[in-house]
Amino acid sequence: MDKPEKKGNRRDFIFTASYTVGAIGIGATIWPLIDQMNPDSSVKALASTEVDISQIEPGKSVTVLWRGKPVFIKRRTQEEIAEAQSVSLDDLPHPEKDQDRVKKPEWLVMLGICTHLGCVPLSDKGEYNGWFCPCHGSHYDTSGRIRKGPAPTNMEIPKYAFVDDNTIKIG
Amino acid sequence: MSENYVPSSKFGKWFNDRLPLLTLSKHLTDYPTPKNLNYWWTFGGILTFCLISQIITGIVLGMHYVAHADMAFSSIEHIMRDVNYGWLIRYIHSNGASMFFLAVYIHIFRSLFYGSYRSPREIIWILGMLIYLLMMATAFMGYVLPWGQMSFWGATVITNLFSAIPLVGESIVTWLWGGYSVDNPTLTRFFSLHYLFPFLILGLVVLHIWALHVPGNNNPIGIDIKKPSKDTVPFHPYITIKDLFALLIFMTIFAGFIFFAPNILGHSDNYIEANPLVTPKHIVPEWYLLPFYAILRAVPDKLGGVVLMLGSIFILMALPWLDSSKVRSTVFRPLYKKFFWLLVIDVLALGYVGAMPAEGLYLLIARVGTIYYFAHFLIVLPVLSRIEKTEPVPLSISEPVLGGMLKPEMARSDRKDV
Repeated sequence: MDKPEKKGNRRDFIFTASYTVGAIGIGATIWPLIDQMNPDSSVKALASTEVDISQIEPGKSVTVLWRGKPVFIKRRTQEEIAEAQSVSLDDLPHPEKDQDRVKKPEWLVMLGICTHLGCVPLSDKGEYNGWFCPCHGSHYDTSGRIRKGPAPTNMEIPKYAFVDDNTIKIG
Repeated sequence: MSENYVPSSKFGKWFNDRLPLLTLSKHLTDYPTPKNLNYWWTFGGILTFCLISQIITGIVLGMHYVAHADMAFSSIEHIMRDVNYGWLIRYIHSNGASMFFLAVYIHIFRSLFYGSYRSPREIIWILGMLIYLLMMATAFMGYVLPWGQMSFWGATVITNLFSAIPLVGESIVTWLWGGYSVDNPTLTRFFSLHYLFPFLILGLVVLHIWALHVPGNNNPIGIDIKKPSKDTVPFHPYITIKDLFALLIFMTIFAGFIFFAPNILGHSDNYIEANPLVTPKHIVPEWYLLPFYAILRAVPDKLGGVVLMLGSIFILMALPWLDSSKVRSTVFRPLYKKFFWLLVIDVLALGYVGAMPAEGLYLLIARVGTIYYFAHFLIVLPVLSRIEKTEPVPLSISEPVLGGMLKPEMARSDRKDV
């Protein structure tokens, strides 16, 4: 007689099925409560910005706000470009070629956010003539690459495009 | 304490038969307390006062504050200038946070010195550490609400700590912010949680006191005592009046800050409205978080710094199992006593360099301080608690000398008159 054993299996199945349905139900209930904290539609809607760059002189930069974050748009001088391009990749904690960080060598467009803990670095400061973060002492070069200090990576390059010679669209 | 408590009034009897709440009153009256408790034991009561004071002033401030990135800063100025006694209530609340931490640090070091975290009081200690963690979270979120420069950039730096987590770090930070930077969604959720957390703390405080009343108070000589006996006194009036006296002294100092130096513990940059384009030259957290901030900056690696900073707090939870000395109180541990005071100096030094720029000598001190902090708990305490020859411990509080020890002349107590 294998009937009692069979009965046990049926019960196990019901238990397992109930637990599974219960767990899915609880998960489906909790998810909206967690996901409501993610960026909402109105925040996502502000995801692109157009900037007129015709007024920026060589060596100068402007800072614009994109998604609540500062974006540095720097018109680099020939010396700064040469300095950025001449660095050996072996000297970089986060090796990236300058050519890969810009669309036109003259224009450096990057998020002005220190990759350590999110402060805004100061321009034309630090040991590498680029940026210096006053919060915890990270030094960046003229390509926005980390050279010294606690920041782990180079300053981030946002998605951007040249709409025409005088306009950049960020995002 | 009699087990069968009977209220004296007729209504009391009727009520207590249905809900035995009044039975708890014996914990405020004849609860037997070691008779040698010194003033370091009054900080539990002081902390209860701090919590209640923060909750009451906080509820009142919440009636006038506006949790919106465009209006928060001016609503704080509105409280300071227009609301009747708004300046007083806000100064009590902002300085109250500092006084709360001052008291909690004394309370924690008291526990460390007298071995109050040791068996059988581990749960009390861990509940206390959870309260301390919630306090730090609450204070941090509260500091963001005025939406000044320090609020904004402090929030940015602290939330960015989570970006050090491999793989999911960035998503967690975006989730915490509700956007791509600290902004209005961050402010509103911080306000919501800042309102909630004190009540969670209150719940943990109830458990903390409940767990305390199971074994009863530790005492300066750290021995187990019979309760009730001639080693104990009833909680009321002996401890209530002593706690009240200490509380009055504490409130005098508190009032000194509120009326004569209300901004001395704050940062002037927080009277500038938040600006996401400009980071203040020198970001510092509130003074009570400085030792941890120093540890964070002492490590030249992002993930490493965050791990050590969190580790420095969580290591305390393991304390009851790191210390295996047969003697609880440091009074009878002459060698450990020296290291205890070294730890106190170490934490104060870390706090000092945490407020200074992370460079040169300050950075060196922060690194040495961090190394000692961890060495104290992971090496000094476990090793010393096994090998140190402790001094003889008295058998009771009343008879420290006559207790039949081998060397009665070495018996010691904090009080000379018992």
